[in-house]
Amino acid sequence: MWTLIQIELFKIFRRPRTYIAFAAIFSLIAIIQFGLKLDGDSYVDFMMRDITSSLTIEGKILNGYQVCYITLQILLVHVPLLIALVAADMISGEANMGTLRFMLTRPISRTNFILAKFIASVVYTLMLLIWLAIMALFVNMLLFGTDDLFLLKSQYVVLLKRDDIFWRYLWAFGFAALAMTTVASLGFLFSLFAENSIGPIVATMSVIIFFTILSTLNIPVFNTIKPFLFTTHMIGWKEFFDIKVNDANEAIVGSIQNPGRIWQSALVLFVHIIGFLAASVLIFKKKDILS
Amino acid sequence: MKKYLLILVASFFWMDSDGQDMTALVMKVKAKLDLVKDYEAEGKMKTDVSFIKAPIGKVHVYFKKPNLFKLKKDGGISLLPKGGVTVNMNTVFATTDFVALAAGEALVGGVNTKVVKLLPSNENNDIVLTTMYIDEANLLVMKMVTTTKENGTYEIQMSYGQFAKYGLPDKVIFSFNTKDYKLPKGITLEFEDEAKPLTEAQKIKNKKGRVEITYNSYAVNKGLNDAVFK
Repeated sequence: MWTLIQIELFKIFRRPRTYIAFAAIFSLIAIIQFGLKLDGDSYVDFMMRDITSSLTIEGKILNGYQVCYITLQILLVHVPLLIALVAADMISGEANMGTLRFMLTRPISRTNFILAKFIASVVYTLMLLIWLAIMALFVNMLLFGTDDLFLLKSQYVVLLKRDDIFWRYLWAFGFAALAMTTVASLGFLFSLFAENSIGPIVATMSVIIFFTILSTLNIPVFNTIKPFLFTTHMIGWKEFFDIKVNDANEAIVGSIQNPGRIWQSALVLFVHIIGFLAASVLIFKKKDILS
Repeated sequence: MKKYLLILVASFFWMDSDGQDMTALVMKVKAKLDLVKDYEAEGKMKTDVSFIKAPIGKVHVYFKKPNLFKLKKDGGISLLPKGGVTVNMNTVFATTDFVALAAGEALVGGVNTKVVKLLPSNENNDIVLTTMYIDEANLLVMKMVTTTKENGTYEIQMSYGQFAKYGLPDKVIFSFNTKDYKLPKGITLEFEDEAKPLTEAQKIKNKKGRVEITYNSYAVNKGLNDAVFK
């Protein structure tokens, strides 16, 4: 099994397409960093215009933690596309090249074969997230320094102390890994049904865009189905940045407002991953491999 | 007729002497505060605004005569009422050009106080009116309601301890009005359903904000560099 995973990882990282995602993340974050370094104060003034009408905010708002949050908010919506580029190509790519049938002539079970491919795509997803964490968190901490984190939510604002933030980011990236693995498993499932990569990649993105729009729309008729859409739960990482307050309205350092909601979202995503993977294994075991 | 005229003249004299008394009382309080040329205080600040979730933070407060004032948080970001915390006793008393009118008596924190309306004579002053609740026996301002041109009305309530001899409070509660806060979910990327609408009582309560500063220590008249206030 380990050998199979190594072979699959070798194949993933040999292809130039794989590095498009890493380059894209690097360029996007570099652009954001450049823009905010150059004219970040105007961006902050624009974001704060509602709150500064009654309050004066003093301190370094645009610090590394803040820039990381802004970056994640923008990028974690688009990273699924980069993951789909590889995950949705895992089986269909082999079928397209005509190597799938050949590979299955080797003495390995179909289950092991497909699990190795899935694990390899998960490793790719995790490496992409680690790259994102390095660029969005650590590089921003170096470039912009660290300070308290001031977050604007739709109904209220949250102020987190500098020493109460880093652990939240670690958990947030862990959660994002779960969310992105869900995307990878969906793309992986779709890759079983096509003999070229374009179809599964576009199908994965279409599902994500469609579900994300449904999750965003605040129309009562859609509210009932929202909890069942995995896209609703993919932004659960943000819950790590909401803090509890006591009866005197004092924020409790080290607390999370809705840990239950995080667990629920994590469970929904985990069930999706298991569901997509199980479906992939079952379909692949019964699939008539003709290419 | 003579009798009525006598009563009228007597009441004028009584009102006039009462007005003088209030100016005298205010000047006594000012004289007490004038003992403080500068101070550096250390304390904890709590921001209590319905739409803000913020932890308690350590603060340093600096004051230097005549009206230099600075509040600094020990690192991090601080949220203060707009133009507000700089409105304090020292800045109100920075001017001697005012009219002090008696407005009765009131009980503040269990202490009997004289209510004094302070009107600045200079019409360019940002402060329009200050109502002071003065503990006459100890020459301490227990409460102050200040209306400004730019930033509305603030209420400042003070309690005193070991630095009462300088007229410096141990605790200051600063109340002010806040505006509604709401951002579209499309901007904040939140997918969860709308929160339940607030009742009218909750809405009124939510429009009041408070900043509480509890001082642990004061360093009075030790000399402060002007650079601190920049």
